[in-house]
Amino acid sequence: MTHSSWAYLSNYLIYSAMAVYTLAFFSHAYETAWAVRAPQSEEMPGTLLTKTFDFTRTEKMARIATAFMILGFLLLFAGVVARGISAGRAPWGNMYEFSITGALAFCGAYLGALRKYDLRWLGLIVSIAVLLTLGTAITVLYRPSAPLVPALKSTWLVIHVSAAIMSGGVFLLANVIAAAYLYLDSMESRGERTAWAKRLPSLEVLDQLSYRLVAFVFPLWTFAVIAGAIWAEHAWGRYWGWDPKETWAFITWVAYAAYLHARVTVGWRGRKAAWLCLLAGSTFLFNYVYVNVWGTGKHTYSGL
Amino acid sequence: MSNDKDISELGLTSSLRFMWRQLTSMRTALSLLLILGVASIPGSLIPQRPQNPMKVSDYFKSDPTLALWMDRLSLFDVYGSPWFSAIYILLFISLIGCVLPRTFEHFKASRALPPITPKHLEKMEFFSTWQGTGTEFDAAQSFFRKRHFRVRENEGTLSAEKGYLRETGNLLFHLALILVLIGVSLGALFGMKGEAIVNVGERFTNTPTTYDSLTYGKLFSDSSLPPFTLTMTNFKAEYDPLTNAPKDYSLWVDAISQPGDAPVKHLIKVNSPLSFGSTNVYLQANGYSPIVTVRDKAGAVVFQGPVPFLPQDGNLTSAGAIKVPDSTPQLGFVASFLPTASRDKIRGGISSFPEALDPALLLSAWTGDLGLDRGVPQSVYRIDTSKMARIGLKTLKLGETYSFAQGSITFDGFVPWVNLQIVRDPGKLFALFGAILAILGLLASLFTRRRRIWIRVSGDGLVEVAGLAKNGAPGLEIEMAAFVDELKKVNQ
Ligand code: HEM
Repeated sequence: MTHSSWAYLSNYLIYSAMAVYTLAFFSHAYETAWAVRAPQSEEMPGTLLTKTFDFTRTEKMARIATAFMILGFLLLFAGVVARGISAGRAPWGNMYEFSITGALAFCGAYLGALRKYDLRWLGLIVSIAVLLTLGTAITVLYRPSAPLVPALKSTWLVIHVSAAIMSGGVFLLANVIAAAYLYLDSMESRGERTAWAKRLPSLEVLDQLSYRLVAFVFPLWTFAVIAGAIWAEHAWGRYWGWDPKETWAFITWVAYAAYLHARVTVGWRGRKAAWLCLLAGSTFLFNYVYVNVWGTGKHTYSGL
Repeated sequence: MSNDKDISELGLTSSLRFMWRQLTSMRTALSLLLILGVASIPGSLIPQRPQNPMKVSDYFKSDPTLALWMDRLSLFDVYGSPWFSAIYILLFISLIGCVLPRTFEHFKASRALPPITPKHLEKMEFFSTWQGTGTEFDAAQSFFRKRHFRVRENEGTLSAEKGYLRETGNLLFHLALILVLIGVSLGALFGMKGEAIVNVGERFTNTPTTYDSLTYGKLFSDSSLPPFTLTMTNFKAEYDPLTNAPKDYSLWVDAISQPGDAPVKHLIKVNSPLSFGSTNVYLQANGYSPIVTVRDKAGAVVFQGPVPFLPQDGNLTSAGAIKVPDSTPQLGFVASFLPTASRDKIRGGISSFPEALDPALLLSAWTGDLGLDRGVPQSVYRIDTSKMARIGLKTLKLGETYSFAQGSITFDGFVPWVNLQIVRDPGKLFALFGAILAILGLLASLFTRRRRIWIRVSGDGLVEVAGLAKNGAPGLEIEMAAFVDELKKVNQ
């Protein structure tokens, strides 16, 4: 196969992944919507009693939705690999490629966490987020497959970028869960959970889960920053120069260190911790969007 | 606060001690870290002089008063500013004051046994009790031994603890941060950084005067410049024909490390510098130097040689100035070099590809006073034409000559130039080593679970067990279940 046919294959796979994520989205929507039970009142036939949800009824659909998520992940994975083959290098040369790999990492983090926790209630949000990311990537950020600029030609590209993107995927998942925590928390403070939300885990479980995800990737993120510094030393002649990208990586690192400390040593739990988690995660997103698109500095490889 | 007793009542030493304790408390260290994080934000949003002097001068042009105030607050050089330095120096002191005593304590406690079993186990988590058969105590001891718990025996009770590695890892992490800071400071004090533009074919000698720009730390001395000489023998740039983006740069040099040594051939690339001890030579940028010969009216050569031009865009449309102070009257040429000449409706003559496929030199010739003797330093890429008169415009292809009343200029050819960045950082290995230790420490402290398990067997055979998970470490319920199972299994 020629390079351009690999590039076509890659685009084709990304489009297929999008189609499959759309199916996953609709299966998750169906799974939630068709679980609604609205029994009729016995005294006054025709009037509906309060809604309840019975997720055992849609268990089969939930499984189908997860199967779509897995299939989408595999297609996306193949799409990223084909992109790499077409360019003859690791597929991390511009923002289009960072974004499709980031979507892959996010979905991977979800599927990984799904093995230990029943997170299928998150499937709807995960599939929307992946669809939006891929949609933006393929329309706004798309660049033809091309060789790397000299500064990116290094084994450190593989080490640094893969660590950073994987950390990003898990940070974002932790963020989504922290947001779910805040949403449920405000719902519970107004009274009982609405019917569909009864399916979601308790607040404590959500709180613990977002903490575990952060604690799990924080060392990886530290490693990504250090690998970046080593690479900067090779490519630019200094390991730290307060380039905007570096500065925001440091800020993200400080924010998550603060989060871990607040939990472990000061004993923050619940709402305050969730807000801190969201804040830290948004510094990560800011770094990705702002520095790649509007930022200056040495670190702008978005190709935009 | 309980320390609110008027501080002035305390003597000088005790108030100093009070301040020291405040400074080295963990809360202060963490606040300082957070402040450092927040303080680093403005520098990423406002252009910084060391990285982007042009944008800073744009600020001064568009709003001088605001820019002046921003400059007074060091907002154009945040990371070199007194207030930024103050934060990290305080953080440094705070970390040392906080972590060193803890390390000694941890070291002393490293052989210590867990605390005695509490009296009321029923108040602890994972409590369970049953009538035993008398074998439980030994079974518990072997359970703990197998799992490498530290065990303390006291009056029919065992108190077992595991997970000391957590504090070890935690201290290692914080000590490693100090090592990173030491590495950074060594680099800042003893390091140097300089740049030089060198035409291919020419030689670079590592002495302070050959640099175009050179900055060094407070404790750096000229004698730490290794005495090497580099001759740029060849430079090759490859570009992608579709996107015009660069694909690869290679610079071949003949390096002489010590005067008198034989030259050694080396290849320098963007991601692989050439090293002399802790000094590295990087290939940072490249461009073109057109070679010209300028003659006076009589035909005598008044200037000859390559002149480095500065790239203006990705296709290496390059701008520069050729100054001829030795002719009378003086001559000056404001010029553009186009490696692959083409025309653009708006911008006029530009280059359409970075490789020199069809080079052209666009000249605007001037005569008069170049203003070089006025003592004001001038950019070598620009000409101050305020005291000069224009002679005319001309586009030259390779080998062509432009003749005018005062003389002539010939476009003989071109050579590439490379921008070498030369950096000495004697602290970087400390920083790297510190960073690696920091990760190891983090892994140990984040993934070690610290927990205690107790068992008491009373005279009448009643067995009581309980556990405690420190920092809410997960998974103790599983371990406790295994423990109880093991004890009961022996019974049957
Ligand atoms: C005075 C200085 C400091 C002290 C005494 C200190 C102490 C601690 C303690 C007690 C823990 C919790 C360990 C445990 O009990 O499990 C911890 C964890 C941690 N510290 Fe610090 N700290 C200090 C400063 C810092 C600074 C400046 C940073 C960041 C640069 C930092 C980053 C961390 C991180 C990331 C953790 C992991 C959280 C965890 O254990 O879950 N600390 N530190």
